Amino acid sequence: MHAIGLTFVDWLIIIIYFVFVLGIGFYLKKYTKNEEDFFLAGRKNSSWVAGLAFLSANLGALELLGMTGNTFKYGMYVAHFYWIGAIPAMLFLAIYMMPFYYSSKIKSVPGYLKLRFDEKTRVLNAISFGVMTVLVSGINLYAMALVLHTFLGWNWDASMWASAATVAVYVTLSGLMSAIFTEIIQFFLIWFGLFLVTVLGIVEIGSLQEIFSRIPEAYSKLWSTSADPTQNGMLVTWGGIVLGLGFVLSFGYWTTDFLVVQRAFSAKDLRSARMTPIIASFFKMAMPFIVIIGGLIALVLSNDPNSGFHLLQDGSKINYDSALPMLIRRYYPSGLMGLGITALLAGFMAGQAGNISAFNTVWTYDIYQSVINRKASPEHLLWMGRVATIAGILISIVTAYWAKSMPTIMDYMQAIFSWVNAPLFATMLLGMFVKWITPNGAFWGLLAGMGSSFTLFLAVKFDWISKSLITMSDVASDMATNFWRAWWAWLICFIVTIVISFFTRKKPDQELVGLVKGLTEESVGKPVPLKRKPEFWGAISLVILIVLNIYFW
Amino acid sequence: MEKIEKEMRSIWYFIGWLFIIMGGLITISGIYHLVSPAEVKTVLYEMHPNIWWGGLILIVGIVFLITHRTNIVKKQSD
Repeated sequence: MHAIGLTFVDWLIIIIYFVFVLGIGFYLKKYTKNEEDFFLAGRKNSSWVAGLAFLSANLGALELLGMTGNTFKYGMYVAHFYWIGAIPAMLFLAIYMMPFYYSSKIKSVPGYLKLRFDEKTRVLNAISFGVMTVLVSGINLYAMALVLHTFLGWNWDASMWASAATVAVYVTLSGLMSAIFTEIIQFFLIWFGLFLVTVLGIVEIGSLQEIFSRIPEAYSKLWSTSADPTQNGMLVTWGGIVLGLGFVLSFGYWTTDFLVVQRAFSAKDLRSARMTPIIASFFKMAMPFIVIIGGLIALVLSNDPNSGFHLLQDGSKINYDSALPMLIRRYYPSGLMGLGITALLAGFMAGQAGNISAFNTVWTYDIYQSVINRKASPEHLLWMGRVATIAGILISIVTAYWAKSMPTIMDYMQAIFSWVNAPLFATMLLGMFVKWITPNGAFWGLLAGMGSSFTLFLAVKFDWISKSLITMSDVASDMATNFWRAWWAWLICFIVTIVISFFTRKKPDQELVGLVKGLTEESVGKPVPLKRKPEFWGAISLVILIVLNIYFW
Repeated sequence: MEKIEKEMRSIWYFIGWLFIIMGGLITISGIYHLVSPAEVKTVLYEMHPNIWWGGLILIVGIVFLITHRTNIVKKQSD
């Protein structure tokens, strides 16, 4: 393929973005005086700032490219990732879990595990989260360089080092606050830079109805083809979607992954922290209007021989991730092309900054202060946070080179979330809502859940067992297998935690006040109007979710 | 120790500036291509999306800047 050509204006827009985010880092440095400023952005953000950052931390360019490509491959079923696979979990976090997280004044999710259970559970989660985060950051870096090299013909090393250095500078200078600022910029850039693809695609094809009428039913329905896995593009049943994606993977990610939850911790008060995921939920539900409709537009165009549109091919293998860049190339003239590329760059860089800012917090508080230097002063911790930022970036770069030399590592990364997050959700759920769960029950349950997920992954990958044993179906895509593996890991963690808790010593009730439902005073506070209540907006979000699912049933 | 309030510009102010610059550049680029059309034309080029989409970004930038030009985030420190 010929690389996408950029004009002077396109380059100017890209350079302005780089200068702007570096400038933000330098501007915010003078407001970053202590550890709370660096690690928690001073806990002064409004629910809108925290909410958009909460969403954007999850909205990496890798996801945008991958989900648009997956829609081309699997059809409308990919919308489940944005609707049932996100919204219920975000609302559950806001309404039920945030009071425990925010009110306990913890600085990280592993910090909650320390208060609720003990040090060993905290360190186990901190180490697994830290490893996962820098690996994902490195893979992001590799993917970004690969995309820029493939579509723009940019030098692999130069684009990787330039973006890594930019992220290192602004996160080292002002920590979470600069990460949040760039995430919000990324949010707007993605909408302005990529939504136009959908608009122009609909104009070219004729209408949204025309798009749906030109694709097979297996690709255009959300639920009506889920009873039989052979009838839908993803080869999955509704059970896999509801239990694996909608329950375990979704709740595991949105309620326990510190990368996103950290944004809510930066809110100025409990109400703002609870509104954070709710505000994010509305925009999350809107994302399919970029990625899903974009993927369907690519599908319709590639099925039309007169359109001249086709995805890239690596040998005989279709490169599904090329769907969005190919649409950008099709529709965007000079100027807009620079904006589209900047939106992707911003997605990559903000995603990396998000991972690194979460990593430096967990490393500093949950590993360094907890295990290595318990008497560290606040000034020393701030210094350590900056060192951890640079170290995290360097490890990411090493990981990126590792991925370059061994591309199959990407297959393992796809599964990493179900190793760490799926069982952790069982631990958190039991920890917050069942007071007799013990520290040893939580630790061994978490270890069993993580171990079983990893073992199941290897067993399927190397054909030690049949895939149908865990998916309960003779046909299943890799995606469907991921859903089911997450479910089993969650269930094993859940059961082991309960069984071991029967036989081990529980913590006294007075140590669990404020951490467990039933032992925590429900704060009544002064009455507020209905429109200021998180529950009210949560209910509206839920109604929209139901309407969308019925409409696309 | 006496508390001193520091004033920090809100994020919306910076976003306003960014989109004024980016939207302005895209719009100007679109107007230039209206006068001097590109040799290789994209699909729906005749709709000149860079003019109206760039204009929209410019307007959003102006609105953000005007509504948040005096907006500050107060931070208390010792």
